Amino acid sequence: MAEVKYSEEHEWIRVEGDTGTIGITQYAQEQLGDVVFVDVPASGRKVAKGEAIAVVESVKAASDIYAPVSGEVVESNAALADTPGDVNSEPMGKGWFFRIKMSDKGELASLMDEAAYEAFVKSLG
Amino acid sequence: MRYLPLTDADRREMLSVIGTKSVDELFRDVPASAVLGTKIAGLPDHQGELEVERAFQAYAAKNLSPASVPFFIGAGAYRHHVPSTVDYMIQRGEFLTSYTPYQPEITQGTLQYLFEFQTQITLLTGMEVANASMYDGSTGTSEAVLMANRVTRRHKALVSGGLHPQYRRIIETAAKWEGFGVVIGKPDVDGLEDLIAAVDKDTSCVVVQNPSFFGHVRDFAKLAAACHAAGALLIVVVTEVVSLGLIAPPGEMGADIVVCEGQSIGNGLGFGGPYVGLLATREKYMRQMPGRLVGETVDADGKRGFVLTLSTREQHIRREKATSNICTNAGLCALAFTVHLTLLGEAGFRRLAEINHAKASELADRVGTIPGVKILNDSFFNEFTVRLPKPAAPVVEALAARRILGGLPVSRLIPNDPSVENLLLLAATETATEEGMGPLVAALKEVL
Amino acid sequence: MDRSQGRSGGIVSGTATAPATFTGNRALQIEEPLIFEMGQPGRCGVDLPEPPKVKDRLNGLRRSGDIGLPGLSEPQVVQHYTRLSQKNYAIDMGVYPLGSCTMKHNPRINEKVARLPGIGDLHPLQPVSTVQGALELIDRLAHWLKTLTGMPAVAMSPAAGAHGEMCGMMAISAALEARGERAQRKVVLAPESAHGTNPATAAALGFTVKPIPANDRGRVDLAALKAALGPDVAAIMLTNPNTCGLFESEIVEISKAVHAAGAFFYCDGANFNAIVGRVRPGDLGVDCMHINLHKTFSTPHGGGGPGAGPVVLSAALAPYAPYPWIVKDGDKWRVAEDDGALKSLGIEGTPLGRLKAFHGQMGMFTRALAYIMSHGADGLKQVAEDAVLSANYVMAALKDTMSPAFEGPCMHEALFDDSFLKDTGVSTLDFAKAMIDEGYHPMTMYFPLVVHGAMLIEPTESVAKEDLDQFIGALRSLTARAKTGTAAEAFKAAPLYSPRRRLDETLAARKPILRWKPSNNPPETDPLKQAAE
Repeated sequence: MAEVKYSEEHEWIRVEGDTGTIGITQYAQEQLGDVVFVDVPASGRKVAKGEAIAVVESVKAASDIYAPVSGEVVESNAALADTPGDVNSEPMGKGWFFRIKMSDKGELASLMDEAAYEAFVKSLG
Repeated sequence: MRYLPLTDADRREMLSVIGTKSVDELFRDVPASAVLGTKIAGLPDHQGELEVERAFQAYAAKNLSPASVPFFIGAGAYRHHVPSTVDYMIQRGEFLTSYTPYQPEITQGTLQYLFEFQTQITLLTGMEVANASMYDGSTGTSEAVLMANRVTRRHKALVSGGLHPQYRRIIETAAKWEGFGVVIGKPDVDGLEDLIAAVDKDTSCVVVQNPSFFGHVRDFAKLAAACHAAGALLIVVVTEVVSLGLIAPPGEMGADIVVCEGQSIGNGLGFGGPYVGLLATREKYMRQMPGRLVGETVDADGKRGFVLTLSTREQHIRREKATSNICTNAGLCALAFTVHLTLLGEAGFRRLAEINHAKASELADRVGTIPGVKILNDSFFNEFTVRLPKPAAPVVEALAARRILGGLPVSRLIPNDPSVENLLLLAATETATEEGMGPLVAALKEVL
Repeated sequence: MDRSQGRSGGIVSGTATAPATFTGNRALQIEEPLIFEMGQPGRCGVDLPEPPKVKDRLNGLRRSGDIGLPGLSEPQVVQHYTRLSQKNYAIDMGVYPLGSCTMKHNPRINEKVARLPGIGDLHPLQPVSTVQGALELIDRLAHWLKTLTGMPAVAMSPAAGAHGEMCGMMAISAALEARGERAQRKVVLAPESAHGTNPATAAALGFTVKPIPANDRGRVDLAALKAALGPDVAAIMLTNPNTCGLFESEIVEISKAVHAAGAFFYCDGANFNAIVGRVRPGDLGVDCMHINLHKTFSTPHGGGGPGAGPVVLSAALAPYAPYPWIVKDGDKWRVAEDDGALKSLGIEGTPLGRLKAFHGQMGMFTRALAYIMSHGADGLKQVAEDAVLSANYVMAALKDTMSPAFEGPCMHEALFDDSFLKDTGVSTLDFAKAMIDEGYHPMTMYFPLVVHGAMLIEPTESVAKEDLDQFIGALRSLTARAKTGTAAEAFKAAPLYSPRRRLDETLAARKPILRWKPSNNPPETDPLKQAAE
């Protein structure tokens, strides 16, 4: 079963082998409201953990998406260009953003598991 | 004081509701050392309309109004006839005294005319999207360069020597303080400049003007192809927007961003401002545009309506990551533009352009017969460059002394360059008359 | 049946809208198509003579094919824009309390003088000898702006407030460069409550923006500011009165600390209207400040411009003011546009460059000067006092029912948060939209960002007391209705009576339609379409 981890920037990463699929959490999509545009990175782009590589926009807000791990972008969710609302309806399904081939799986250790993330969200009030 | 509705009785009553004895108490956070004890030095007390109007008439009397004399100056600002309807419309209080349409339910008037304006700009320029206007053509050009830098992630602009000298200077200023590279061509007096060889993999954009500052009409299709092959954008600037009624639009030549000074349509000369900048681009660069955008949508009852959209590009949301620090556009000047262009329509706009070209052709033919005067243009729209047998600046002063505003000495905008010292830029629009051209030619013969 | 006549601020009986009309029009509200849906070939709104036939000299680049512009006659054009105008709210119609925007009365004499022959029709590049009166006029306005702010110099060319910010921050960059410190001082401090333009401007010029927290009184936290100041700081950008409508009471300490650290004090002059004639920013240690002529000096807002943003400069920054410089040489006015010209006039200066073609927004200068002359020294001071008095009156009249964000007094605008709407199901947005049905333009919403659900009310000095009272009454009634706890649905349905109801901004942003195309058919429910069928 795939392992899912969470970042304090409200992103999730689903790990399958060396590849991680990344999107934003239910909490994040609720905070943003209706998503109208997602700017996803091109395949082949090398990214470092913490680098701003995508942007998600609602009508009144724009948020950077940071790479939760280092590696190379291998695929982006092109469908979001036509149906950005997928981020609202299925943030952890059809609303995924991009996949990264991880260069250092050890970085996953700094991310939260589901229980820790739930506690983190609760602490935000 | 006619503008202030509160009476002393009102003020006393309001203070009592607030629970303070004097207005001074409301200013108690102001440090005592900073409170101005006296009235503003030298400023008389309030005056009535009559006195104010007299003062302005006195200023006006010290100027030479273009309406009263033969007039042939262009160089980025053109004297055209503006129909009476235009000024009447823009002075309607519902337009004049409204603000940025933050509440679309009660600003559909502004939003709809801006949507129509945006559409008109795409048609004129042959581009896919246009914004709701910039401050003017000069600042819009500098914004276009910044936009090209964002799109290409490169930081070197290549600027034609045919671009208006003040526009060039504005790009240089932005380059210096905002930190990008700029290469500026020599004044392209003959219209033969070829920038293709200078485009390389670091070039973010090439900025050209059509017709150029010196009046030449150029085809930039090959330059556009060279830009695209190198991954750069082509920015075409048009300072005389009436030319688009007669000349192939920049979009057809492959331009990626088009910037126009829109003053010629609907807006008077006004000693340089306010004017209206037009900015259009390809749909794929839409999200990198500066400025306000109006989009179509529906309301809660399903009726068509318009809103400001794609606002996440802008400073009030994106703050330090905004595409530009711009908040406003040139709303009322854009209204003047769109009302005038709507009056003209297809037939009127094209005819206006034909008349301009014909008048300038006539002027060129007549000035070209003056001994010692050489027309430098094989092509032009309503403005061209002539080489005089002596420096142009004193010639223009001598014409002014004869109450003729006879063109712009190029040295006014490109000083300390002997190669342009004798050049005179002459423009003729539909406002030029036989009664003006005759005296100009006669006076030129006299002073040369 | 509704007998409230809209005066009582009471709830209008019945929430259903009136039945549909056949045309979709509602009396004075006429549905209006786009010009592109109205045009016919063969119609034209101007009469131009047949152009003489000439051999064209267009280098073979004559436009082929139609542009696609619609053809309309003059009466159609007049009706079109008149109908559109009637879908706008405006200062000329009533209270327009848009905080931070200063929607004060726009006198028509200003429009008249700006259009006088010999002023409105001058070409910017006429020989300088033929525009002596125009240059004198600009210098006169410059003089009053310097006098009113207590500053020694002013750059007149910036086209708007944000452009002025760019100018001021470039001047600061230039001064730092002259000191050899530009590479070292890369940080600009700005309060979290700042206008978005401040960080956008600073970032464009390569500065990193560091936010400065506010204290619980809504002012800059002086201790935090002092801690943030260091050899890496170029400037602080501070609005005063600030965006919470409050005067920065420690402003003198702030400017002293900023200067002691070798940094500059950029003041965002958006709210200068609150203190004009009473306080001179120069006396507060300001190094530069832009002046939005449309705010303090009533040049028309025009649906979002054109503006004008002259920047006053301290002695330290004056040498870097951009071209052009308008200077008096004996009894003649001259325009210096390059270093050689400055030198020949014997003037010291190292201008930062040029920001705009020609000489600035002359049409706005004329209007602003007419405003200053009309008010005079006595009137201008009264303007600031009445603006502040009116805002405090609104605050006092609403403080027990709405929730002021900070303890008073305020300056020219009253700031409320949304805590009075807690548990009502009504948001700041809903509340604002309900104001539309009551005949008012809403206040500024959700700005400044530091206050939750912010509502920023700026009545200005132009509103009569009885109109303020009616406005206050409407807000009190709306608040009472919200607090019943059962009105959320009604608020969410508002506005009902405006030319359009709430617009779908999500749809607009997801599928941007930014121009008319023959294929953009109006939606099925469009009344025009229905009327046609």
